[in-house]
Amino acid sequence: MEAFNAVANAIIPVFIVLIVVYASFKRVNVYDSFIEGAQDGIQTVFHIMPYIIGMLFAINIFRASGALEILNNAISPLFNLIGLPKELTPLALLRPFSGSASLSLLADIYKQYGPDSIISKIASTMMGSTETIFYTVALYYGSIKIKKTRYTVPAALLSTLAGIIAAVFICNITFGK
Amino acid sequence: MINYIWAFMIVFGIIVSFITGNVEAVSKAIMDSCTTAVNLCIGMLGIYALWMGLMSIAKKSELTNSLSSKMQPILHYLFPNVPKASAAMGFISLNIIANMLGMGNAATPFGLKAMEEMQKLNKSTSIATHDMCMFLVINASSVQLIPSTVIALRQASGSLQPTDITLTALFATACSTIIGIVAVKALSSHRGL
Repeated sequence: MEAFNAVANAIIPVFIVLIVVYASFKRVNVYDSFIEGAQDGIQTVFHIMPYIIGMLFAINIFRASGALEILNNAISPLFNLIGLPKELTPLALLRPFSGSASLSLLADIYKQYGPDSIISKIASTMMGSTETIFYTVALYYGSIKIKKTRYTVPAALLSTLAGIIAAVFICNITFGK
Repeated sequence: MINYIWAFMIVFGIIVSFITGNVEAVSKAIMDSCTTAVNLCIGMLGIYALWMGLMSIAKKSELTNSLSSKMQPILHYLFPNVPKASAAMGFISLNIIANMLGMGNAATPFGLKAMEEMQKLNKSTSIATHDMCMFLVINASSVQLIPSTVIALRQASGSLQPTDITLTALFATACSTIIGIVAVKALSSHRGL
């Protein structure tokens, strides 16, 4: 575990050193380039701010109103068909909408069932193999003013579903009763 | 599509809140969302400036070009209409590498840049290209090799083996990414879509 943590923590510093050393070697004005890019980065944030506000606004309404729970109750029988425990449908539903909310839900699941229970392991695997689709789609397309996203959302949802099914399947085999 | 989803979340949510009596909670959530969003953006300012700054160094030193040329065979299969030497390809490879290494906050600025560059190649201004769909689906399917956030949370929650989900997550990620790629490839061959 400690060796693992050390590797995980070292990834970013190593990445940064690689960039700076490589560029210096190639005689790039590293500091000037950094400032140039940083300026660009700040502009990007201001550019995407309205999309983030708009998306969080809708997601918060959807969650606080209980609409997500209704959707959850409606869909959970469907998820049961693929063997997903009922306790995990909220996570499966919330995950495409919000990363931070699903992470706090995951912490909740650990607390309730114990981090080493099969439920928690399926939840962890799901969490590690899926992404916040709606947020990503809104942000990426919004930033370049694309209106017609075509088959992006269906294909992304299909891939998430595949991730969930795979998580249930592999965890039952690996950690099964 | 995103317009409908957005409208649905708001309208359905508010109607439900009237039925369930959660109106007050929703009003609070609306106000909270503004604060959360702005706080998030302020936090992002530093991270974005930092990563885009480093990225700019990487670009000037042609590190990004050499990276994307190494990844060329697979990238060309995934994004057939993005020219090999274009800036878009460089950002796409950086985004995918950052995602694989679990550097989510670095992946997003690269991803947004990649979208911007791909938009320059787009003949239409408002309709997504096949390559954009592919890029989004890959980003939405998580290609992370090590789920470091989840592992950290497991450790914090007192798990005895926080890392034992690494391989299962890798398997599930591979499945979701492959299915996503197959779905985009299949759907992109339909002319009507």
